[in-house]
Amino acid sequence: MAQDGARLSRPGAGRVRPAGRARLAGLALAGAAALPLGFLAVFFAWPVAAIVGIGLRSTERGPSVLALLTSAETWSLVGFTLGQAVAATALALLAGMPVAFLMARCAVPLRGLVRLLVTLPFVLPTVVVGMAFRTLFAGSDDGSVLAIVLANGFFNVAVVARTVGGLWAHTDRRAEDAARALGASRWRAFTSVVLPSLTPAITSAAAVVFLFCSTSFGVVLVLGAARYRTLETEIYLRTVQLLDLRGAAALSLLQLAAVVAALALGARARRRRETALRLRRAAETVRRPQGGEWGVVALAAGVVALLMVPIVGLVVRSLSTVDGWSLVGYRALLGSGQNDTLGGVSGLAAAVNSLRTAFDATLLAMALGVLASVALSRLPRRSPRFAHAMDVALMLPLGVSAVTVGFGYLVTMDALPGDFRTSPLLVPFAQALVATPLVVRTVLPVLRAVDDRLRQAAATLGAGPFRVWREVDLPMVGRAVLAAAGFAYVVALGEFGATSFLARPDAPTLPVAVGRLISRPGELNNQMAYAACALLMALTAAVVLLVERARVAEVGEF
Amino acid sequence: MALQVNGVTVRYGGLTAVSGVDLSVADGEVLALLGPSGCGKSTLLRAVAGLERPDEGEIRWDGRDLADVPVHRREFGLVFQDGQLFPHRDVAGNVAFGLRMRGVERGGQADRVAELLELVGLAGYERRRVTELSGGEQQRVALARALAPHPRLLLLDEPLSALDRALRDQLAVDLADLLRRTGTTALLVTHDHDEAFTLADRVAVMSAGRLLQVGRPAEVWRRPATERVARFLGCTAVVPARVANGVVTSALGDAAVGADAPDGPARLGLRATALRVAGEGESGGITAEVVQRVHRREHVRLLVRVPGVAAAGIENGADGADGAAGTAGAVGTLDATAPVGSAPSPGDEVRLVLDPDGLALLPA
Repeated sequence: MAQDGARLSRPGAGRVRPAGRARLAGLALAGAAALPLGFLAVFFAWPVAAIVGIGLRSTERGPSVLALLTSAETWSLVGFTLGQAVAATALALLAGMPVAFLMARCAVPLRGLVRLLVTLPFVLPTVVVGMAFRTLFAGSDDGSVLAIVLANGFFNVAVVARTVGGLWAHTDRRAEDAARALGASRWRAFTSVVLPSLTPAITSAAAVVFLFCSTSFGVVLVLGAARYRTLETEIYLRTVQLLDLRGAAALSLLQLAAVVAALALGARARRRRETALRLRRAAETVRRPQGGEWGVVALAAGVVALLMVPIVGLVVRSLSTVDGWSLVGYRALLGSGQNDTLGGVSGLAAAVNSLRTAFDATLLAMALGVLASVALSRLPRRSPRFAHAMDVALMLPLGVSAVTVGFGYLVTMDALPGDFRTSPLLVPFAQALVATPLVVRTVLPVLRAVDDRLRQAAATLGAGPFRVWREVDLPMVGRAVLAAAGFAYVVALGEFGATSFLARPDAPTLPVAVGRLISRPGELNNQMAYAACALLMALTAAVVLLVERARVAEVGEF
Repeated sequence: MALQVNGVTVRYGGLTAVSGVDLSVADGEVLALLGPSGCGKSTLLRAVAGLERPDEGEIRWDGRDLADVPVHRREFGLVFQDGQLFPHRDVAGNVAFGLRMRGVERGGQADRVAELLELVGLAGYERRRVTELSGGEQQRVALARALAPHPRLLLLDEPLSALDRALRDQLAVDLADLLRRTGTTALLVTHDHDEAFTLADRVAVMSAGRLLQVGRPAEVWRRPATERVARFLGCTAVVPARVANGVVTSALGDAAVGADAPDGPARLGLRATALRVAGEGESGGITAEVVQRVHRREHVRLLVRVPGVAAAGIENGADGADGAAGTAGAVGTLDATAPVGSAPSPGDEVRLVLDPDGLALLPA
């Protein structure tokens, strides 16, 4: 059958010499890596460096940078920032573990619903979360540390539950069973067998949560009032209100150092986790809870119920006025607020603007994130160090003050052709910067988990390198790509820090509009802000629901 | 010669996985690369497929050097140990993959898919999801997928190793039949003798990156070129011997080894079945004491102590090749078999004769 020689000796047209072929593949890879890195350099590193440079070179009178960095005030700021982040991270871990167990190990009804409900807080816009907790802590108008810690914890339960649960679902149950057979109690088996094997995921999750909490902006701004400030809000305050660039730059440097340390730790833990990925199929590790496990399930259910409190509270608040139930806040969205707070822009227009901006940002983040993921999944074999550095670099925008980035845009972007500062693309670019890391973290693990021999099988069947990518990689990561797009969209939708800086007054996004509404007096403004938050929440929930349906493997990290 | 491998060496960093291997596979021939795990046989197969680059040597097809031909233009089919089916495609989608890559039109694809599924005994499975198939069925689909685009050479990397025993035996017979009927030229990698001997026209025994012996299965089995090959092929002890007129003589007795054996000094490799308890009517043989008795499926396996064994110069299995081989190993003991009906007990004295089927003849 295979021996009709005439067909076999196909002319070698278009064939490239091996060395040339390797170079071609290398070039394609370099291109895939260069594009996201180039974007990062121009729209992240440059603006941030410019702001830091301006601050350090500033010749104004006042305390030197060194004096600033060593002042007691700065360190109490750092202390509060780290302290609330540690507390919130601990809270998120404690609350997230039972939920992770429920999602990974228990065959109980409504598991899908739990997954959805837990994810919702993570993707809610920070301003919305701030507002939700403000309704719960209505009495303390001068700020509340407890509210800040609770809100930051609330945000990040999903990160712990999904990251740890993802690994837990793929961890072989038999090691645990063996420990039990050897006489370990359920708790002992958990602490001596399960917990150590989950450590990489727990470390990775803790690093990410710590990062989010220590740079959290919207939540602290809304809940801390004027009394409680973190590095992030202080940087905002100094740049925007005090025009103290030097102080802001010094604090930015401090924050950057902390972020890089946390990221490096997280990346290390993450690599260990990705290699341990193909342990068991998730379906094999799920079973009905027994005995004491029901207690953990009840605990998880309690956590989920608590997570719903602020959300329900917000919706209730948006519907209730001093005169009883009313849709007045929602109706007000058609206008521009009491005393024209939004400057002629209606709430509805802001919502439409949000949707459009987030769409542009998603397109950009997807292009960059997928390219970066492909590069990162193929690079390690050629240059592991570079791949590692690139991995950390891509995560940096998650942790650097969005305010710094926003302000950096204003001082650098006029150097780009056509004065980029006034371009309608400015906001999408800033939002894409924040969304891209999430895309990478969702797509990359799936790409890495594709067995290389599948690609080789395709190649022996006649598929060239690009065809292999289209026929094997793309279909297998297709759902992850969809999920990533959904996440990118909600993240862009809710982005507040940089957007509040860059959005033009006549084109605010919905979160920016909320920020403006609550900063001005007026009961109608307040009511309108709550309604806008409820609207954003509904939008986000809808997107998350779609993402959950598209999702198969629990390989992605968020 | 269809496939020619000349002096191929593959290194991974400091490790030489394949070292100066020469090999050829003729048109329509099935060659098995047989060796323990880690001997470099899979690496050699991957080099032929184009998945590894040889550091030295060349691989030719019909005389043409393949160095410049990338994997996807070699038109070699490859079957992995665990199938590696595309999980996002159904059975037909998997089998038709290579046809699509070669631009076969749709109708032709469907016909060929049906033909192949018929051939591997899975007719009508077109729309099944591959994730729902059993291990054996997955392997059949993988085979159909590799064969569909008429590969010039079929490469099989431990194709049956992931299956359980009964299924493996059945599929080995089916596969052998299929390869013969389609006249496929194939290179098979395996660590399992049975698989190699069932499937292959010729067997190449590999160890530590080198080829030790190439020959027809019966030849390699009965006349291993070296002690190493003999031990890998199940010999647990080697005794000095002498051949005269097709009869081999040793301290353990005489046995017919075939007229083709050259006269003169030689060595005798003993497999677990080389010695058996002599029947009532049989004469000759040696006496031995039973040390241990184990019941197997078709016979009883004995461990015996032969008086004067050390004096006879028997080197026995210090590095018995694999678990399937006998249990002999302690100094002065040998394996033997007895019929299930009249198995002696430990401590009994038995008379043993050589069974030609359990012997291998080595050069002195």
